[in-house]
Amino acid sequence: MDTQAGVPERLEPERQSATFPLEVIHRIQTMSQTGRYEIRGWGAKRRVPNFDDLTFVTASVSRYPLEGYRERCDTKTVLGSRFASKPLELDIPITIAGMSFGSLSAHAKDALGRAATIVGTSTTTGDGRMTKEERAASKHLVYQCLPSRYGFNPHDVQQADAIEVVVGQGAKPGGGGMLLGQKVSERVAGMRTLPVGVDQRSASRHPDWTGPDDLTIKIAELREATNWEKPIYVKFGATRVANDVKLAIAAGADVVVIDGMQGGTGATQEVFIEHAGIPTLPAVRLAAEAIREVGKTGEVQLIVSGGIRSGSDVAKALALGADAVSIGVASLIALGCNASHYFKDGEEHDATADYLALGTSPGHCNRCETGRCPVGVTTQDPILTERLDPEISKQWVVNYLKALTMELTTLARACGKSSVHNLEPEDLVALTIEAAAMAKVPLAGTSWIPGHSF
Amino acid sequence: MDALTQTVLNCRELGVTGVNRALRQLPDGSSVLIAEPRGAHNIGVGMMGKWDITVDGNAGYYLGGLCDGPNFTVNGSVGWGVGENLMSGLIRVIGNASESAGASAHGGLLVITGDASLRCGISLKGGDIAVAGGVGHMTAFLAQAGNILVGGDAGDSLGDSLYEAVIYVGGKVKSLGSDAKISEMTATDVAKVKELAAAAGFDHIDAENVTKVSSAKTLYNFDALKNQRY
Repeated sequence: MDTQAGVPERLEPERQSATFPLEVIHRIQTMSQTGRYEIRGWGAKRRVPNFDDLTFVTASVSRYPLEGYRERCDTKTVLGSRFASKPLELDIPITIAGMSFGSLSAHAKDALGRAATIVGTSTTTGDGRMTKEERAASKHLVYQCLPSRYGFNPHDVQQADAIEVVVGQGAKPGGGGMLLGQKVSERVAGMRTLPVGVDQRSASRHPDWTGPDDLTIKIAELREATNWEKPIYVKFGATRVANDVKLAIAAGADVVVIDGMQGGTGATQEVFIEHAGIPTLPAVRLAAEAIREVGKTGEVQLIVSGGIRSGSDVAKALALGADAVSIGVASLIALGCNASHYFKDGEEHDATADYLALGTSPGHCNRCETGRCPVGVTTQDPILTERLDPEISKQWVVNYLKALTMELTTLARACGKSSVHNLEPEDLVALTIEAAAMAKVPLAGTSWIPGHSF
Repeated sequence: MDALTQTVLNCRELGVTGVNRALRQLPDGSSVLIAEPRGAHNIGVGMMGKWDITVDGNAGYYLGGLCDGPNFTVNGSVGWGVGENLMSGLIRVIGNASESAGASAHGGLLVITGDASLRCGISLKGGDIAVAGGVGHMTAFLAQAGNILVGGDAGDSLGDSLYEAVIYVGGKVKSLGSDAKISEMTATDVAKVKELAAAAGFDHIDAENVTKVSSAKTLYNFDALKNQRY
């Protein structure tokens, strides 16, 4: 057979490098061209051992189930019963995680607050103060005390239903927040006492305390300022979980919030998102064991977050010892994040071109840091903000939270539990050796828990 | 002050929580003496009334923290975070202050007649601080707005990562932090220093001869290729 000049006789089968796959090549090219690392939103995208690696061993002959849709399966959840005279009483064990106005649009915050109120759960402020809209929309509002203290106001402390002292978060444990200049609008800048358009780098340490002994006094200060009425949470990213949980309890926390490495963010360095912290799966178990070891099970509540998506995730987290979960990214997706279309003036509009302008597509977008969210969730742009109709989005979040709760109670009933809080580690087995080791439940079909039994 | 109209709250007898609860019950304009503070933490935090409170001795952490309104006079020294997150009012410490004095204060005036330790005015957000003596290192770290007047010397890394807050130092500046610079004193600055010194009751400040430190603003926006130093 004749060959044309320049065209090889035979094409070698193309082989992609496992060390340098296309995305790695692309990243090196971008870094070499711009001299920058990637900053993005969302949480870790790599696969880590997670709740999907566990399955329930539901009732059969040896245990009997409850009737779905008939017999009661309680979802009521009390948070902050240790020292607070007014603990939070929630209807479901699924709360909305802290996300700031600034990172999110005012419409998004409003929709989340109203949805949480309808289903009887709490929502949480973020960096940069409590907005009036947010307070009005939310029956149960947790007010974060962050290292930056942007807009932190003692009047808001007294208006809050609980205070969350944020030490860190799963997306960037050990790092401060970040809000790039394009989102530091006049309103956001005013609320944070910053120049408009500055690349805001929030502090990574609190300004007035360092270490567990100081934290004890800080928590006492917040209790004094709220007349010992409000629950005080302490939130941190999952790293040295057992020690951190014990120290937070010793410091006087009512509730400990652990955010696993899959936890989301509005903007941070990708290297941080993917390479710091431990997954939510081992974090729950470590935290629950730490609480038990100091004899505070039932007295100090545990909230876990980081990649919670489904009722089965919630059920497994509860079975491993959590009292409640927090959802961030999932609640944004329910609002419309990553949808191909948005609704405005009663009509559906295609947003694909706007995703493309950000170099992405619906289903892959994590460009929260640009402030150009095509569907109005993570933006301060007045036109883009209008793409999120708070009334419609609120209903989507309500639907999602109700569906999650139904999934949760379906599994709990099948395990024979009249309350979701009665789920226990013995209801679970693992599908992988990694998950068995991390969750400390046996590998399915065996009695083997790596590191604990042979 | 008329001793007959002054309410006395004994911290040793009532405990901090008892003192704070009693304070909240008092009508605006009340004059209060907190006796035997014995270095207790969290005295007078989260107070929203217009009271004149005298603390008769040393206090611990967060004296007058999270307050909006009351005036405090402390006849003694204070621990960490005096007046942290202050919104308004005057806190006068007739003594020294430990770390993070006036941290993140949004308003009001904090006066220290002695020295202040490390990170004085950290994350300041609009409040004013006047220290008659010296301040420790990392003073005004990440300070966003407001003014700090230092009568004596300032320690290392003064004004590290400053935003829009301004520092005036009567004595020597040991070293500047990242993105801080010494800048020209204008007539407005001289007037500001005089105003602060007068409000603080300081008569040892030569307003024409202080060093002004403000942000060089080189770190306001990220740029890896500009060899930003931090």
